[in-house]
Amino acid sequence: MLDILLSLLILTGAVFIFIGSLGLVRLDDFYTRLHGPTKATTLGVGSLLIASMIHFSLQGNGISVHEILITLFLFITAPVSAHLLSKAALHRQLRSRAPLPPLINTAETEK
Amino acid sequence: MLNFALMIALALVSAAAVLTLWRLVRGPSPPDRILALDTLSVNVIALLVLFGIHLNSALYFEAALLIALLGFVGTVALCKFLLRGDIIE
Amino acid sequence: MTRLPHPVLTLSLALVWLLLANSLAPGQVLLGVLLGWLIPRFTQRFSPDRIHIHAPLVLLRFVALLFHDILIANLNVAWLILREPRQLTPAFVVVPLDLRSDLGISAFAGAVSLTPGTVSSWLSPDRRSLVVHGLHVRNPDALVATLKRRYEIPLLKVFEPC
Repeated sequence: MLDILLSLLILTGAVFIFIGSLGLVRLDDFYTRLHGPTKATTLGVGSLLIASMIHFSLQGNGISVHEILITLFLFITAPVSAHLLSKAALHRQLRSRAPLPPLINTAETEK
Repeated sequence: MLNFALMIALALVSAAAVLTLWRLVRGPSPPDRILALDTLSVNVIALLVLFGIHLNSALYFEAALLIALLGFVGTVALCKFLLRGDIIE
Repeated sequence: MTRLPHPVLTLSLALVWLLLANSLAPGQVLLGVLLGWLIPRFTQRFSPDRIHIHAPLVLLRFVALLFHDILIANLNVAWLILREPRQLTPAFVVVPLDLRSDLGISAFAGAVSLTPGTVSSWLSPDRRSLVVHGLHVRNPDALVATLKRRYEIPLLKVFEPC
């Protein structure tokens, strides 16, 4: 029973990570590509780490919670790196499928 | 059952790492490559966690944590470099 | 220099130490509290503003809402990636900000990035508006209204009550 739960968690995690990287290859401009890794991977790694927590808690050496640390860290850092990446991309004026708002252009040229 | 699931998961995550590598090589712009590197570090964290469960050893946790820390710092440093042309101000 | 400059930071540092040590032994608790007390004292110059959490219950509800939304957003984005990418309608939308504090704006940007198919991309230099990139936007005005209602209002209550 527990095996099934663990297997399900591990497989969901792996599938989400795979979809995240697939998005990196499939989507066709930088700003949309940014969505795949920041979203799909956080959930993927999150569920893998929950699986790891359950697995090691059942080994008899007391409960294991330090996986929360990685999950928390990734949840806090993923938006920060995504924001910096898209800021860098806007700064370099990468091609975008969506039109840029006029706000950015005026601010960037003034600098 | 668990071992079978672990094998499939390892295969999927490795495939994800290969896709990310393709984007890293292909580019076309520097931010794309940084994004690929960032994603690669997340993939490697997932691989290490899976490996830890597979070998039943908690030792891999520290390595995963270190890669998470270094991956984030690396991404931030590279983005700063693109934004300012300089890392330490 | 006050004795305990950041109570919230102290508590979270102690908690992180216990998680890292992966144990609740009395020695580790003591060490954690000691580190949580010393580190903010020595790094006070980096963060002179004291953090005030005005409505802890609202914050808890916000975190619960965030986890729920992260789950939904992940399924949503995974589905969008698997569909035909040509059908996507990505767009930049500008969210006017009512939040003023550093922490409030960072928390809002983080929440926006983690949830419904949007990534915060750019903060205007006057810090009055946040540019957000959406993966599949059908109605930009509705998106802005949702973001403001769901995330900004609770954050305003938590960090900047007037």
